Amino acid sequence: MSETPDGTDDSVGADDVRHVAELARVDLADEEVAEFADQFEEILDYFAALDEVPETDADAELVNVMRADEVREGLSQAAALSNAPDSEGGYFRGPRVS
Amino acid sequence: MSDDEFDAFLTETELSGADDGPLAGRTVAVKDNISTAGVTTTCGSAMLADYEPPFDATVVERLREAGATVVGKTNMDEFGMGGTTETSAFGPTKNPVDPDRVPGGSSGGSAAAVAAGAADLALGSDTGGSVRNPAAFCGVVGIKPTYGLVSRYGLIAYANSLEQIGPIADTVEGAAALLDVIAGPDERDATTRYDAADGGPEEHPAETTSYADAADGDADGFTVGVPTELVEGATEPVRETFHAGLDALRDRGVETREVSLPSVEHAVQAYYVIAMSEASSNLARFDGVRYGESGDGGDWNESFAAAREAGFGPEVKRRILLGTFALSAGYHDEYYEKAQDARAWVKQDFDEAFAETDVLATPTMPVVPPERGESLDDPLQLYLMDANTVPVNLANLPAISVPAGTADGLPVGCQFVGPSFGEAAVIRAASALEAAVE
Repeated sequence: MSETPDGTDDSVGADDVRHVAELARVDLADEEVAEFADQFEEILDYFAALDEVPETDADAELVNVMRADEVREGLSQAAALSNAPDSEGGYFRGPRVS
Repeated sequence: MSDDEFDAFLTETELSGADDGPLAGRTVAVKDNISTAGVTTTCGSAMLADYEPPFDATVVERLREAGATVVGKTNMDEFGMGGTTETSAFGPTKNPVDPDRVPGGSSGGSAAAVAAGAADLALGSDTGGSVRNPAAFCGVVGIKPTYGLVSRYGLIAYANSLEQIGPIADTVEGAAALLDVIAGPDERDATTRYDAADGGPEEHPAETTSYADAADGDADGFTVGVPTELVEGATEPVRETFHAGLDALRDRGVETREVSLPSVEHAVQAYYVIAMSEASSNLARFDGVRYGESGDGGDWNESFAAAREAGFGPEVKRRILLGTFALSAGYHDEYYEKAQDARAWVKQDFDEAFAETDVLATPTMPVVPPERGESLDDPLQLYLMDANTVPVNLANLPAISVPAGTADGLPVGCQFVGPSFGEAAVIRAASALEAAVE
């Protein structure tokens, strides 16, 4: 992951793992960081074979699916909140934003 | 109910169905990533240890309308991420054929429940082989439907563009009859729609086909293609059993021919890049605010990161991180874009093969079920075990795994792959092999 996108250095260091973990909002213990660095290097090295794949057009036979914009029954507020660890006045209660 | 000696179930329950219907009197085990209203649905994760969905998945509604009784929620690799059911936060499931061995995964609990006779039928989900792999390892039948045949409403998502819910049973006809019940359009899953507005077929294929009727054992006149790339990678004993199965099919009037799918050499890489990328986005919802354990203290970001550190196991973290990396600025073109090219290439290769064959046949798994604890330490080796199943998900195609016999006393599955919405063809071919090896 230390490499430039053209792939001059493909070693994966602890800092790279910590950076991606921060982007993904997952705390990691130090031993997890070290283990993942080794594993990611091996896995990304294997993924590098994708470089040999020719550009291919996807022949997507897709159509948009629309439905009428009508009011219909949905989850009740109480049901939607039923699994939340904390709620207040009919809202989810989360941690402070900053 | 049994005493669950193979640890197939995470929750035992009894949700009875309608009095009449095609599945009246039948018991069904449901994978624990399929929502059951008011019944704990964990996805095999500590993150959802106490989660009770406020609604039923469409497939669960259809089971109960068809008369089936849901007898429990089955163990699975955490969020479907694994091929052995060992990444479950609640401990592994044993293979009823040999309790020292893994049942396969990620729908290992579902296959084990059927193999042990603890349920007549089961539902799994298949993102890269998670129905076919455990069916093969436990010596039962599993179907991965064409993308869009079965509603995913209520399936807790791992990789939306790849996954389908599929049936598991001890016979081809049993699995096909369960597919008849769960297949069909659902207005709550737009990808089940088939009424291509621009001149496509009017009917959803499930509404005009009886899959159970296709399990008639008669594949006389079929041409079965054998992709060399997906046979060569299997171990010698697996290949011997597979080839004996092909011999038995030829005795029943099936013609076999070799075909080549050069793109599949890149299928495992493409599959994992796409699945991990989708997972990194899907699993962002697990923040400890709407469900799960709150990550106490700190601001929004610190609290989320703490909740996710505590709630996810190592394989899930690995995939979220690698997926985040593959989608990040500077690497998106190198990994994600190339994986999408490979996906299109795999589809083209299959289309070309089906121009001259009815179905394709491969060993479902390149190996027999490993012993528990044997394969967990090396994630890449586990990914390579999916070589024969992931191309099918990349190409959105239907496939079935059916017992082909044994190698070293352990079950070997034969996989039949069909053209898009060609479920009847793979069911027919599998029922012919089932009749031939009995």
